[in-house]
Amino acid sequence: MRVLIVDDSRAMRRIIGRILSDAGFEVLEAGDGQEAIDVLEAQVELPTLACVDWNMPVMDGLAFVTEVRRRPEWRVITLMMVTTESESDRIVRALAAGAHEYLIKPFTADAMLEKLDLLGLLPMPVGDPS
Amino acid sequence: MTISPDAFTFVRELVRAESAIVLEPGKEYLVESRLVPLARTAGHPDVDAFVRELSTRRNPATLRLVVEALTTNETSWFRDSDPFTALRQSIFPTLAKTRPHRQIRVWAAACSSGQEPYSILMTAQDTPELAGWKVDMLATDLSQEMLDRARSGQYSQLEVNRGLPATTLVRHFERSGLGWRISPALSSQVQFRQLNLMRPFPPMGTFDVVFLRNVLIYFDLATKRDILRRVRQVMAPDGHLFLGAAEMTMGVDDAWERVPAGRSSVYRIREEHRSCVS
Ligand SMILES: C[S@@+](CC[C@H](N)C(=O)[O-])C[C@H]1O[C@@H](n2cnc3c(N)ncnc32)[C@H](O)[C@@H]1O
Repeated sequence: MRVLIVDDSRAMRRIIGRILSDAGFEVLEAGDGQEAIDVLEAQVELPTLACVDWNMPVMDGLAFVTEVRRRPEWRVITLMMVTTESESDRIVRALAAGAHEYLIKPFTADAMLEKLDLLGLLPMPVGDPS
Repeated sequence: MTISPDAFTFVRELVRAESAIVLEPGKEYLVESRLVPLARTAGHPDVDAFVRELSTRRNPATLRLVVEALTTNETSWFRDSDPFTALRQSIFPTLAKTRPHRQIRVWAAACSSGQEPYSILMTAQDTPELAGWKVDMLATDLSQEMLDRARSGQYSQLEVNRGLPATTLVRHFERSGLGWRISPALSSQVQFRQLNLMRPFPPMGTFDVVFLRNVLIYFDLATKRDILRRVRQVMAPDGHLFLGAAEMTMGVDDAWERVPAGRSSVYRIREEHRSCVS
């Protein structure tokens, strides 16, 4: 499975990329929404998942999500916002625009994997042994 | 630096007597790390000195804090997900057909910081068959500190990130400071109460659903058996018991039978053992 990580912070792309490649994903990256669209347009095999930051230059995450949802051929991509934006109305807006999940920064690797589990994107469910 | 054998023995016996939690030899490191903050707060240089004073003075409030510090409170929203799917898809709909008073009673018997009882209530709200029903939820734990947290309904960003779908978050929580607070509509449905599972249960009627998850693992066989037997007495004859994924009744209290419920399993009192319940 492939994932597209859309974030203007290289460090953040690396953190997310590390978690997801450990979970078995092949990682694609983009530094803003427009770059992400370009990456998607260049793909033969679309990613299953995109992790999308909100605040980015050129095209922000909300605009990107809206654009992805506008294109029927990109319906198959599961969209998860990964952002510091944490107000309820922001989350509601992102979900209304077509995001499937929403993970607020900062987060732990476990939290990210649990979100993927909720989305049915993990080969094996994560248990939490106490 | 590790805790001395005497201090470990004292703590181990205290915890066993007050909570039934078994601390096997080899858990010295756990005891030490959990007690360091208490020792510091009490102004002791190390855990040994703290335990030494505790063993002579036996201050009840401090004893309680030590026992609470050795409980493991790990929990999450919709933990393991399957039990909650089973509630929504089969157990709640079945109960909805058999309870004339449009009311069901649920007990979360080791509720920790509250994620479990709140997840059960959210699941009930997502069950169309229960629309307009009253879910009477009792949530108990040994730890006063956990009960206070559960009652406050206040969770950090990190806690709501764990296992909670975003749609559920915005539906059932409000922003509060840096974290989130469970909506009053949900929190007002739960009654939180302290209850030590190793002691006789107070009068509390019977329950249609009991969650006793990820707590029996800490007890010895005799204690597990005794608790499971007493849970039968507060269970509706056709009630449903959920245990943790690593727990079972087989070989512990065989009056229970395990039945599949979706991808999860649930325990019911065997027909021949149901008579004793009023
Ligand atoms: C690992 S948590 C499980 C929480 C929740 N049931 C779940 O599955 O996520 C275990 C809880 O059992 C509680 N506990 C331990 N000993 C207990 C006792 N003797 N009586 C009641 N609760 C106890 C602890 O305080 C802790 O909150």
